[in-house]
Amino acid sequence: MTLTVSLAHRFGDFALDVAFEAPPGITVLFGRSGSGKSTVVNAVAGLFTPQRGHITLGDRVLLDTEARRTVPPHRRRLGVVFQEGRLFPHLTVRQNLRYARWFSRDPAESDDGQRVIEMLGIGHLLDRRPARLSGGEKQRVAIGRSLLARPELILADEPLSSLDEARKAEILPYFEWLRDDVKVPILYVSHSAVEVARLATTVIALQDGRIARQGPALEVLGDPMVTPAGVRAAGAVLEAVIAVQHGDGLTELDAGGARLFLPKVPGGAGTRLRVRIPAQDVLLSRGAPEGLSALNVLPGTVEQLRQGTGPGVIVSLRTQAGQLLARVTRRSAERLELAPGAEVHAVVKTIAIAREDVSQGAPVE
Amino acid sequence: MDWLSPEEWSAVHLSLRVAIWATLVSLPLGIFVAYALARWRFPGRQVLNGLVHLPLILPPVVTGYLLLVTLSPTAPLGGFLARFGIVFAFHWTGAALAAGIMAFPLMVRAIRLSMEAVDPGLEQAGATLGAAPIWVFLTVTLPLSLPGILTGAILAFAKAMGEFGATITFVSNIPGQTRTLPSAIYAFLQVPGGEGSALLLVVISIVLAMGALLMSELLARRLQARMTGA
Repeated sequence: MTLTVSLAHRFGDFALDVAFEAPPGITVLFGRSGSGKSTVVNAVAGLFTPQRGHITLGDRVLLDTEARRTVPPHRRRLGVVFQEGRLFPHLTVRQNLRYARWFSRDPAESDDGQRVIEMLGIGHLLDRRPARLSGGEKQRVAIGRSLLARPELILADEPLSSLDEARKAEILPYFEWLRDDVKVPILYVSHSAVEVARLATTVIALQDGRIARQGPALEVLGDPMVTPAGVRAAGAVLEAVIAVQHGDGLTELDAGGARLFLPKVPGGAGTRLRVRIPAQDVLLSRGAPEGLSALNVLPGTVEQLRQGTGPGVIVSLRTQAGQLLARVTRRSAERLELAPGAEVHAVVKTIAIAREDVSQGAPVE
Repeated sequence: MDWLSPEEWSAVHLSLRVAIWATLVSLPLGIFVAYALARWRFPGRQVLNGLVHLPLILPPVVTGYLLLVTLSPTAPLGGFLARFGIVFAFHWTGAALAAGIMAFPLMVRAIRLSMEAVDPGLEQAGATLGAAPIWVFLTVTLPLSLPGILTGAILAFAKAMGEFGATITFVSNIPGQTRTLPSAIYAFLQVPGGEGSALLLVVISIVLAMGALLMSELLARRLQARMTGA
């Protein structure tokens, strides 16, 4: 089931004009707040009608402003996980989960519900009301509620942004579960590079109401021209498998033949992982560095340089492990004579690979 | 009931009947009008809002007089309704109508405030889960504004119990037919030696009003606890 969206809307001096396709998997709409992400989600959900738009899901037309046709939200068969959960405060968790069932045409089947409740670990909360749930529990129930509506697509509008770091880590795996096991397509809105790196199959980078770049996650995140979350948050994502678990607490990864060392990552040999390497944690050296404490040195070729208005330069490198981004100062770029084609060594400090940036790899279609 | 004379008892009984009917009949309409004012944007919204509040601003006697000239059997509308056996003038149903109209602004205001406090995001969530607008209203908006609906109903009931000006103008002060508590108190005060009965009815009025208020507080608190507690 593929979602195709094209819409244009003007609010005062902000113009939104986007067109994209969301193939199966998790498509992340990635951009800063104010880039128009939530407007897109609301238009897909039917909660907002843009001035011009055409939205289809599979072969169903959800919106066609030219033909003056719009399917009301309750007939779109989408599940929405809102930023603030939006659980019904007057209903128990059980009633919240069953809410969609009251209006669905096939009220049968309950195994499904049991399985979802088990997976989300909310069985012990069923008789509580939302006011007595923690933030993480609320979002788990919200995920379950939208899933039990048996949607053809799940829309997740910054579902983690109201949670603290620990709770985020608690919820992220459930989206991976939706992506990999439930196999429901998801349109996921986020401004967090970490979430994008971990979840996205496809990335749509939104900047000021327009799409700056769209495509497979690894390509978009490795593009130095696209930094929807700002240069500071830029970082490439590599795919790797666990090669060896060493006795000294390090895990050795194989990324396209290159070796990377990380502090202990749980998982047996062969486990697929995604590793995010923030651009500002990568140093560049023209010669092969010697006598360095860093374990991860990747030889590569400079592909592109992007110079902003500030003193920094974002350099993209092609390495054996994949596309890498490095953020260096303009002065160093000049001193090292960095230009497309230049041979360099990228030094990645082991500890620079943050724990939260290591995730279970997405199946690549 | 020998601590009340038949005359006093009839006033209490009639007042309760008038107030209960006025509240029950106007409640569905009050909920509808409050919802329309809270959620819909339509031309004439301000006019509707003004109309609803009019009885609050007009002298009650004026409201009563307007009812009399439109609904007396000799008036076109009153005559038309009388053909179907619907009579308001000088009848207890007229007292209920007058009380209902006078209480309507209070009822609508309380319900509207609580409906405006319902997060539209929750209504949107209901819609995305497959609920058609009427079901969103019944399963989300209505239950969440129940404390306000309750407050509105109790306020309207208390106001209806005490309505005097419009009632006496519209349906007069006929013992056993339209002599409600306030009318009875007024009547007792007009005759020598009636102060005792008047005082008794005053006490009953206070007790009924306080009782209604306490009950609404209690129920509202219980409803609130359901939503924020276990």
